[in-house]
Amino acid sequence: MTVDEIKAAFLEALNRVAPEIDVNDLDPIEDLRDAFDLDSMDILNLTIELHDTLGADIPEADVRKLTTMASAIDYLEKLLG
Amino acid sequence: MTELSYRDAVRQALIDALNADERVFLMGEDVGSYGGCYAVSKGLLEEFGPERIRDTPLSESGFTGAGIGAALGGLRPIVEIMTVNFSLLALDQIMNNAATIRHMSGGQFNVPLVIRMATGAGRQLAAQHSHSLEGWYAHIPGIKVLAPATIDDAYGMLGAALADPDPVLIFENVMLYNRAGTRSDTTVDITSAAVRRAGKDITLITYGGSLWKTLEAAEVLASEGIDAEVIDLRVLRPLDDATILGSVANTRRAVIIDEGWRSGSLAAEISARIMESVFWELDAPVGRVCTAEVPIPYPKHLEDAALPQVPGIVAAAKATFGTTK
Amino acid sequence: MPSLGADMEAGTLVEWLKAPGDTITRGDIIAVIETQKGAIEIEVFEDGELTALLVEPGMKVPVGTPIAVINGEPEPAAEASSAAPSSTEPSVEPSPVPVSRAPSKPDVRLARTQARISPAARRIAAEQGIDLTGMTGTGPEGAVISADVPSHAPTHSRGLDLVEMRKAIAAAMARSKREIPHYYLSHTIDLTHAQIWLEQTNAERRPAERLLMGALFLKASALAVAERPGFNGFYTEDRFQPSDAVHTGVAVSIRGGGLVSPALRDANILSLTDLMAKMRDLVNRARKGQLRSSELTDATVTISSLGERGVEQLYGVIYPPQVALIGFGAVIQKPMVIEGTVLPRSTVAITLAADHRVSDGQAGARLLNDINKLLQRPETL
Repeated sequence: MTVDEIKAAFLEALNRVAPEIDVNDLDPIEDLRDAFDLDSMDILNLTIELHDTLGADIPEADVRKLTTMASAIDYLEKLLG
Repeated sequence: MTELSYRDAVRQALIDALNADERVFLMGEDVGSYGGCYAVSKGLLEEFGPERIRDTPLSESGFTGAGIGAALGGLRPIVEIMTVNFSLLALDQIMNNAATIRHMSGGQFNVPLVIRMATGAGRQLAAQHSHSLEGWYAHIPGIKVLAPATIDDAYGMLGAALADPDPVLIFENVMLYNRAGTRSDTTVDITSAAVRRAGKDITLITYGGSLWKTLEAAEVLASEGIDAEVIDLRVLRPLDDATILGSVANTRRAVIIDEGWRSGSLAAEISARIMESVFWELDAPVGRVCTAEVPIPYPKHLEDAALPQVPGIVAAAKATFGTTK
Repeated sequence: MPSLGADMEAGTLVEWLKAPGDTITRGDIIAVIETQKGAIEIEVFEDGELTALLVEPGMKVPVGTPIAVINGEPEPAAEASSAAPSSTEPSVEPSPVPVSRAPSKPDVRLARTQARISPAARRIAAEQGIDLTGMTGTGPEGAVISADVPSHAPTHSRGLDLVEMRKAIAAAMARSKREIPHYYLSHTIDLTHAQIWLEQTNAERRPAERLLMGALFLKASALAVAERPGFNGFYTEDRFQPSDAVHTGVAVSIRGGGLVSPALRDANILSLTDLMAKMRDLVNRARKGQLRSSELTDATVTISSLGERGVEQLYGVIYPPQVALIGFGAVIQKPMVIEGTVLPRSTVAITLAADHRVSDGQAGARLLNDINKLLQRPETL
């Protein structure tokens, strides 16, 4: 899977979790929770979405790596290899 | 800026016109020695002499016809008719001659005639001296019909009418003659209606003597949260459609206040134009406040009851609102 | 039109999900209505046959207005209206209330008065594709006028109107502070054990089955109030009515502003896994504006958490007619003295806002202690 594909899948998952946010405004290194007012329920939903769409089995301990788009894509790239 | 009455303003306009153009003269019943039945021309005979301030016999048809002839001959006559009721004796001259000659001569002759007359009720002059028939005259193509309601218009419309190449009728409401105010130096036109009070909720359309009652009603409405726009028609023929319809399109509600009788009235004409042009902008049926369809009564209380009054205007305006106001 | 909260005055019918003649059973969702809290699905509370629909989609009616007849004799007028629901001819639009007259004599004049729409309103609605059928007007004689036409179209879409939601919050919170003598307590507890237990539990679970700390807070609170009825129930008509069941109102913040606290039924009985699943569903639906009618009215106590934003303590405003709100702050590391030694521990401040007409501080303190004890043994939740 290419980085671009992972990024597209990530943005799609984020859009399903919080349809009202504009993913075009996304600063790759900004904390998603601050930028878009996401809470732990949203992050959990994001984890579930990524699991369902990418097959990414993200351990609980790694969920904090999803907090920015840059770190999330970086992490997913390594995880999905 | 000087304090003066509406009567003073008309008199000053006559004086200025007589001074400005030696072709101008005034004629009518009792305009000379008596000074005019509403004292508008008081003192003019002494100042300008009997050649230019001419008393006439009691023959409206005769002296109005003489005025038409004088206008055709190159003069600038101002004919005064005591009241609009008497003008019916001159209606043949006005309608069949003054209004038609330019048309029937293929544009070779025009009639630069000004006819002033008193109109309206409220002075207990009973049914033969109190009617408001300006709406009838506004029916006639070929003439202009003016209804000055303010000091500025009382002064300024006469000069503008004299400058017009066609017959112009000026209707002076009898209740306005004593109304005092100041005159500004602004020039007035005889083509447009005036927004006398800007508002956004409803358009109140009126002219002449009813303007002041309507403005008073607008203040009552304002105290109840309704922001009324008041339009003074000023010119009854041709009507200034742009101002009237633009305002109604904006406020979506209209009430017409007309001292004429309701049936076949100027108010009916304006209502029809609103329907024709801005029906799809309306939020309520157009309302009308007109004079009761009776000959104007002599007793004060009956005369008052017959005429448009502030409470009736307020009620008609409020009827165009539902629960929103 | 059911009342979905003390602050609700009227609702707009969005769509019917059942038709006359349908057999319905208790719990069926028969309609969707639009309220200040978004579109709400209306459930029925009896079995039978739906015999008539009395309110057309798009119609806004006050609370208490009959909107449908179950097991009733079919009303001629109502039947006529449901037979032609897509009619666009205004002169035959039905009145919102069935007219009990002989069917052979339809009162055209009466029907027409219900459908007055000003020319301006008609034009604007036509331009914007808005259906004004059944709308309540504010113009002369009740006519729908331009100002009544919604400025943007979605009268039939489901979703949240944050302006309306703010009005609803304002009404409920103002009433609360006006009527309820609040008292407040706070208790900071050691959450280290619960946190370790949660991490271990989640490590073995797939994302969809993982628990959030919020689920533990909810379960512990529900169990605690089940034993202390002075915090669980409704205060109405000058007296407190305790509730046997515990339906926790879960305060859900809406992105862009706004708050709704739908009920999670029987939170004290559900397993943590079931509770978590229901909570996730409830939060997701609340944020989309897709709650059910009972979820807006059934909550017997509210649980709120502002910990996500790092706030240490929150002092809530009770949602009337409830009598308590339990708040959880952020889980933060703090030094605590454990058996004579200062140790870094995960802590959380639990707060209670309670109605002093019903309970006293002493009882409130015991409640917070109970919640603490439950959270110390997360495996038993």
